[in-house]
Amino acid sequence: MEKWENNRAWFLILPVFVIVAFSAIIPLMTVVNYSVQDILGPGQRIFVGTEWFREMLTNSRLHDALIKQLIFSGLVLLIEIPLGIAIALTMPHKGWTASVCLVLLALPLLIPWNVIGTIWIIFTRPDIGLFGATINTLGLAFDHTANPLHAWITVLLMEVWHWTPLVVLLAYAGLRSIPDAYYQAAKIDGASRWAVFRYIQLPKMRWVLTIAVLLRFMDSFLIYAEPFVLTGGGPGNATTFLSIYLVKLSTAMDLGPAAAFSIIYFLIVLLFCWIFYQALQAVGTGDKS
Amino acid sequence: MAKIELENIAHSYQPKPASDDDFALKKVHTVWEDGGAYALLGSSGCGKTTMLNVISGLLTPSQGRVLFDGKDVTKLPPEKRNIAQVFQFPVLYDTMTVFDNLAFPLRNRKVEEGEVKSRVHEIAEILDLSPYLNKRASGLAADAKQKISLGRGLVRKDVAAILFDEPLTVIDPHLKWQLRRKLKEIHTQFGLTLIYVTHDQTEAMTFADKIVIMYDGALLQIGSPDELFEDPAHTFVGYFIGSPGMNLLPCTVEGNRAVLDCGSIPLDPAVAAKAGQGEFKIGIRPLYLELGEQPCDGAVAGRVVSVEFEGSSSIVTVESGCSKFKVRTPEGRPVPADSCWVYFPPERTKLFRDQRLVK
Amino acid sequence: MGLQLDFIDRIVEGETHLKDVSLNFETGQRYVLLGRTQAGKTSLLRIMAGLDRPSKGRVLADGKDVTGMSVRRRSVAMVYQQFINYPSQTVFDNIASPLRIAGTPKAEIKRRVMETARMLHLEPLLSRLPAELSGGQQQRTAIARALVKEAQLLLLDEPLVNLDYKLREELRDELQLIFGQRESVVVYTTTEPTEALMLGGNIIIMHEGRVLQTGPTAEVYHRPATTQVAEVFSDPPINFITAEVDDAKAHLRIGIDLPLTGHLCDLPPGVYKFGIRSHHFNLVRKTVDDVEIRTTVELAEINGSETFVHFRYRNRSLVLQEQGVRIFKAGQEVSVFVRPCDVYVFGEDDRLVKAPQCPATCATGAN
Repeated sequence: MEKWENNRAWFLILPVFVIVAFSAIIPLMTVVNYSVQDILGPGQRIFVGTEWFREMLTNSRLHDALIKQLIFSGLVLLIEIPLGIAIALTMPHKGWTASVCLVLLALPLLIPWNVIGTIWIIFTRPDIGLFGATINTLGLAFDHTANPLHAWITVLLMEVWHWTPLVVLLAYAGLRSIPDAYYQAAKIDGASRWAVFRYIQLPKMRWVLTIAVLLRFMDSFLIYAEPFVLTGGGPGNATTFLSIYLVKLSTAMDLGPAAAFSIIYFLIVLLFCWIFYQALQAVGTGDKS
Repeated sequence: MAKIELENIAHSYQPKPASDDDFALKKVHTVWEDGGAYALLGSSGCGKTTMLNVISGLLTPSQGRVLFDGKDVTKLPPEKRNIAQVFQFPVLYDTMTVFDNLAFPLRNRKVEEGEVKSRVHEIAEILDLSPYLNKRASGLAADAKQKISLGRGLVRKDVAAILFDEPLTVIDPHLKWQLRRKLKEIHTQFGLTLIYVTHDQTEAMTFADKIVIMYDGALLQIGSPDELFEDPAHTFVGYFIGSPGMNLLPCTVEGNRAVLDCGSIPLDPAVAAKAGQGEFKIGIRPLYLELGEQPCDGAVAGRVVSVEFEGSSSIVTVESGCSKFKVRTPEGRPVPADSCWVYFPPERTKLFRDQRLVK
Repeated sequence: MGLQLDFIDRIVEGETHLKDVSLNFETGQRYVLLGRTQAGKTSLLRIMAGLDRPSKGRVLADGKDVTGMSVRRRSVAMVYQQFINYPSQTVFDNIASPLRIAGTPKAEIKRRVMETARMLHLEPLLSRLPAELSGGQQQRTAIARALVKEAQLLLLDEPLVNLDYKLREELRDELQLIFGQRESVVVYTTTEPTEALMLGGNIIIMHEGRVLQTGPTAEVYHRPATTQVAEVFSDPPINFITAEVDDAKAHLRIGIDLPLTGHLCDLPPGVYKFGIRSHHFNLVRKTVDDVEIRTTVELAEINGSETFVHFRYRNRSLVLQEQGVRIFKAGQEVSVFVRPCDVYVFGEDDRLVKAPQCPATCATGAN
């Protein structure tokens, strides 16, 4: 009897399998296929083994994009995680004000990503943009299309504005789950506000923060639409992150190297996520402080 | 060490209380003597945790004042009141070792490190936590964690009172004995005022010198365990204390006898004289009723409905007229099979008028 | 319908939760599973219900092997410790849910729900949501939902443990009546020996995944097969004292001697463990044979109707149980008496050798 039940369960999952196969596994296999071939034209392919991989790994422009990407993701985490926690700490706990805050915070998350890019292009334009015009009247010549530093600042601002709410929501959920008794005991023990944060709130938020860090790292490492719309990767190569570089490569009809690069990209993301996860787990349960 | 006075305390969780029902605590006026062990006993929702939080300072009462040794502390927060509180589930700082957990309250108050060390070791010794001092607090069993919570309170020299909010809830039954015993030892050793909130009468009666029975936000009776057992001031106290509780049977008073619907029994004449008018009930503990096969004066006829063996005695449920009551018979005493006579000793039979004891 | 368990093992990730459990449950009978926490009671219940599969062994219902049958197809109802109800449905809908799933006609649903609600005093609450009920009322709803199914197997996993003391007493009385009226197999787990005694019926003692002893409750209580059974099935814990028996007396290692009278008279010489229940220590001399122990009180615990006195005699901590509420101060001197006829004797292998004569009028079980 049980065997039949199990078979029926597999049968129900079949459609999902089919869809995942079509949309993910088969294209992935195609990429792997391309990554080991030189495609000269439709129908003309030569097996080149690991040549593309070697070429990609020694490509200086790839290294350049990788470094920019790492700096970008690092800055994103450094800004968004503490900022998100800080906002979550100041949000009201209950009542209608809490609901209002949550809704307002969630709004940036709902906007399509290329629209975000467009919003910020206009927002930072020195002539008609609210931000751009204000900064320029203050005397600073702000132009994200010409100045690489300004371009970076704009991309970072956009990214932080877009995604910090996610960290806030996760941190807020983590904070809500701490029972009142902990705060009461801390009061009785005479703990300062900082001690309460360090010894009660932060440890109890460990799990949600792990999720927040992983999500934000992965997303920012893969970022494409927003910076592409905002700067196109420019000025020059200033904001050409890994995925933008990848697209540039593949549109140049160099499918082989692009495919090889995609796989390298995928493995780098996996590696970093694994490192982060292990590090955060060690902090949580291990013997080091 | 502190004498704690509650002066006309009342508390409502609603901003604008309209009637008596909106008050979680109704007009409490009482004194807790220095160094006493008190238990606040009552069922869920009776206001005992509210009362505890008023004493500890986690809650400011809507009305009334709280005085510690004569000083008005009503508006003072908990950390300024020299109290410690142990909660229902162990509250620990997970990332710290046991030593650091115990040292935390002292370090927050800027006590110098040498004294912190000696104090922590002293308390850890008393609580049998010395072998665990360097372990992470989060890895220990529930009873060890509760001891750590308790230790954080004991480690402070300025602590005047320790308040317990149903602290044995998460402890395994066969470990509860040990923890109760430890609490009693600590009370004898330190002489602190201890206030213990619970719905479990065993904990209350074992732990406390005086028990405060609460019902619906009001104090019904304060007394020692045997006072509550022998002379309950209110039918609720009679019903609540004792397992099973006091048998309460409606009756009318005629002369020196109480007339039940299944017979009549003699009352203590002094009590009967003060009976007056009102709704009467007879109260008697199952322990004091006697079962027999022969009628006699002061006994009522009945039928044995069920017998539950409890190890050292049996609880016999007897039906008589339209009332049911329980009798506790010791091991070895024969139990009649069907019809029986139940004897009510007059010196143990209590009379209640409008729920209150007549004496 | 009878339920039979044959050599059930359950091993999860290297940990043995159950070992060699073979039990027989008959219809219309009540069974109490008594054991400490982690003894395997919940694991056993889950296997009986069909929620888990045993690693080894079979479950037979009416002789048919149902080990692999999923729980939905079995006739089982279960009540948990945490009051589990559908939070978004009213009490009425909660109780009606198993009937609706089974496709019972509407009129029949209404009739059965009303009947069960009446049995558990839930009638005024039928239109409320579980969040609006007190703990006791929520648990009553969960029990009603289990009862309305009229399943052949009714399992209750420590259902009263999260309730207030007094509420527990009341609900236990009600449950006794309800169980008496059913034709199903009722299995009730608990960690409290007193509760097990009061529920009566049959008892199954479990310890660390094994079944130690089964049988009618009073019988197992009066004749525990091993010291472990005696320990698990006593509250407060039974007092064990090692003793050396020679031809004339039993020399207890705490320095007192018991004459070999009554059931002890034909005890062969040797080393034994003597077990004395706490209520067999008395504060009053009862017979000529009583042995007196002068000792001081360490701690007195009061439980509503009884007093437990912990006293120390020659380095052993022992417990005495006395009816009524008495106040004892630590350090107070008392005389404690024990009668030889109340003593349990266990051999060095921990097996029962002699048990006190069951009092002739020992009342057993509830009707």
